[in-house]
Amino acid sequence: MLVSVLNGFAIGFLLFILAVGLSIVFGMMDVLNLAHGALFLGGAYLGATFAGSWGGFLAALGLAAVGGLAAGALLSLMTEPLRRRSHLDQALLTLGVAFVVAELLIIAFGDDPLSVSAPPALDGSVSVLGATYPAYRLVLIGVGAVLALAVYLVVERTRVGALVRATVADREMVATLGIDNRLVKAAVFAVGSLLAATAGVLGGPIYGARPGLDATVLILALVVVVIGGLGSVRGALVGALVIGQVDTLGRVLLPELASFVLFAALALVLVLRPRGLFGSPASVSTR
Amino acid sequence: MTALRCSGLSRSFGALAAVDGVDLAVAPGARHALIGPNGAGKSTLFRLVSGTMRADAGRVELAGRDVTGLSEVKRCRLGMSQTMQHASLFASMTAAETVALAAARHENGPISLLPRRQPRVAARAEELLSDVGLAGRGGVAVPALSHGERKQLEVALALACRPSLLLLDEPAAGMSPAESARLVELLRGLPPEITVLFVEHDLDLVFSLADAVTVLHLGRVLCSGTPDEVRASEAVRAAYLGTGRREELFLS
Amino acid sequence: MTAVDAPAVPGGTAAVSPRVPRGRDGLVAAAVLVVLAAAPLFLAPFATTTLARILVFALFAVSLDLLVGVTGLPSLGHAAYFGSGAYAAGWVSINVTAEAPVPLLVGAAVGAVAAALTGWITVRTGGVFFLMLTLAIGETVQQVANTWESVTGGANGLTGVPAVRAGGAPLANAGFVYWYVLAVFVLGFVLVWLVARSPFGAALRGIRDNEPRMRAIGYPTALYKYGVFVIAGGVAGVAGSLLVAQQRLVTPADLGFLTASLALLAVIIGGAGSLWGACLGAALVILIRDALGPGLGGHGTLLLGIVFVLVVYLLPRGAAGLRLRRRSPS
Repeated sequence: MLVSVLNGFAIGFLLFILAVGLSIVFGMMDVLNLAHGALFLGGAYLGATFAGSWGGFLAALGLAAVGGLAAGALLSLMTEPLRRRSHLDQALLTLGVAFVVAELLIIAFGDDPLSVSAPPALDGSVSVLGATYPAYRLVLIGVGAVLALAVYLVVERTRVGALVRATVADREMVATLGIDNRLVKAAVFAVGSLLAATAGVLGGPIYGARPGLDATVLILALVVVVIGGLGSVRGALVGALVIGQVDTLGRVLLPELASFVLFAALALVLVLRPRGLFGSPASVSTR
Repeated sequence: MTALRCSGLSRSFGALAAVDGVDLAVAPGARHALIGPNGAGKSTLFRLVSGTMRADAGRVELAGRDVTGLSEVKRCRLGMSQTMQHASLFASMTAAETVALAAARHENGPISLLPRRQPRVAARAEELLSDVGLAGRGGVAVPALSHGERKQLEVALALACRPSLLLLDEPAAGMSPAESARLVELLRGLPPEITVLFVEHDLDLVFSLADAVTVLHLGRVLCSGTPDEVRASEAVRAAYLGTGRREELFLS
Repeated sequence: MTAVDAPAVPGGTAAVSPRVPRGRDGLVAAAVLVVLAAAPLFLAPFATTTLARILVFALFAVSLDLLVGVTGLPSLGHAAYFGSGAYAAGWVSINVTAEAPVPLLVGAAVGAVAAALTGWITVRTGGVFFLMLTLAIGETVQQVANTWESVTGGANGLTGVPAVRAGGAPLANAGFVYWYVLAVFVLGFVLVWLVARSPFGAALRGIRDNEPRMRAIGYPTALYKYGVFVIAGGVAGVAGSLLVAQQRLVTPADLGFLTASLALLAVIIGGAGSLWGACLGAALVILIRDALGPGLGGHGTLLLGIVFVLVVYLLPRGAAGLRLRRRSPS
């Protein structure tokens, strides 16, 4: 039970790191980035390639960060001409990108699932209240919590964060203030992608790296975003932690139907709160 | 029996009470105008009456029946029909198809899943189009119609729902004087079984058509009565005709 | 179908247009049907099989087009119903009977029931929520197929499905299977076409154009969307039963995200709302995946991803019919 709860937290924080970028990019810019999962997978393959030593692990993190930034900026640039088009057009574009990236990864790394080892000294187990638990996951919980706190503080407490939140709330208003929201968008896109790729490296020792993982984590991230409410950092955090718990608990109790449990949670939230737990009607106005 | 009765109807947006305890009674067969400056709450009141928006408090009765808890769709089925301030139609349809869509819902029984000829619907659409002055324009695609024609089509669409209460939100907005004169003629010609409640900025139109007028100000009813009573009302004057220029009340 | 959409889809909208002379359409349809029916007589077995695959996928795409193009509901998870139908038809063929209409009807029923169970939530959301929810549903169903090994065979899929039997004899030959697929395809296509042309279909187009206005004139739009969602699910289930009849195997990939998005691609290439167009789009997608894919070392998906990107940039008007909330003229 304790193990399951801890697993839930580990996955929850990982999901938050992954989903927060998706949520803010959508909330701010109305762009549904379906290539988000592919970025995670890219990070996971980086981890698979380099991990094994601390140097390798950190190198993978660094590469994922740089690669994520660049990929995010590129995606922002690519969606720019579609700014006046529908969600579907943007979704289709990023979907196409996701296919291309996923297929290139298969060409580069092969079809077989790769396992990713945790950095040395963290690949063992520790005893937590009498239960043995992988040390890496425990550290991941800590790192995830710190990262989550950092993102939360940046968005909620800094000037840049205020700009982001203002753009979520009222894009036109921010534009009239003379702030180039293309730049804001590119920056948020880049940072969101950085977080996604980093999450891939961090999640490597848990999920491994395999074809199809991109879709799996994309769905988890979408569920988190929908449950939490589009464009809300707090929502993404709560949603991620809830889904982390629900998913791990579901896998323990109903292994065959775990994904049904996930969907049931999603359906329940949407029936009770159609805009998500923290979604404001304004942030989800459709064009 | 009233055609429409609102009692204590309220709706706020945050701290702004857009509609604040409005009581309104519309007599059967009336041509009842709702006027007031921008921001008076006319459009919100319309949405509360039509059911597009839920009221925070208060009641809406349609011909004596409480419809407060009913959806817009149900209210429409009970005889409430509306035109939109900004013509809101179907971009991929022709004028005739547009009217037929509403007629099919209100003339026939259940909507068929298989193609079928609907001579009654087609005839009704034809008749309504010619009633509103769009005879012969049925085959034209909606985006190709002029602004005035679209407003006329709005009226035909609303009438196709066989309303007992017709809600018109600024029916003459953006119309040329000729078009607006034709609209007045059309509304005058409506059978007395149809009660009309309309929001309008054009006071000439209001006073030439209305037999009752309600003035709304800051979400509340300022004054209600016959056109002459409203014209002469000291309350209206005192409340916000301080400059003596009554036009400012209505034109903002 | 519509004057507004017509330029976007040259020649494609004829099927549902009430204003295009029907005689010519009928002739074209009859000619296409004759050519399709005669195809196995002069095509190699491999080509016949590819054509059968195209027909299966085309029926699936047509069912999706009923949602996307006609009603304006862009589903990213429609493969869930296609795959559910395929699994159900396969399971019945293995465990009960493979006698002709049975797998078909079971596939249709399961597709429709799956759509009915999931649709009530999805149709009440709009815009991007609809995209995300359908995506989540599709992926969820795929994961169920992956993990529920006792029924679905898990990651290996449902194997050893017997050939469909007609009149007591199994359809062993590729040509007979093809004719079976063709016959069912024609039935399914005609069904969807009739629905799209019916007063119900007109209401669906009204919802696509301007849903709030439809409510204002008395249409309970959520109910209509739910109805078409279930119908589309049922037709997708029929297509799924054809899939299993044709390839005698169902894998979790058949109800996954990739399958769903390829169907969406087919619909968009063909011009949303045009049922014929969706069939042509499906042909193109299957040709790229099955015929060109092996030549690219099995990486047809790469090419399809590129096609996706190109279609979005180069066919803005093809995608115009899909706009989530169309601007009404004002």
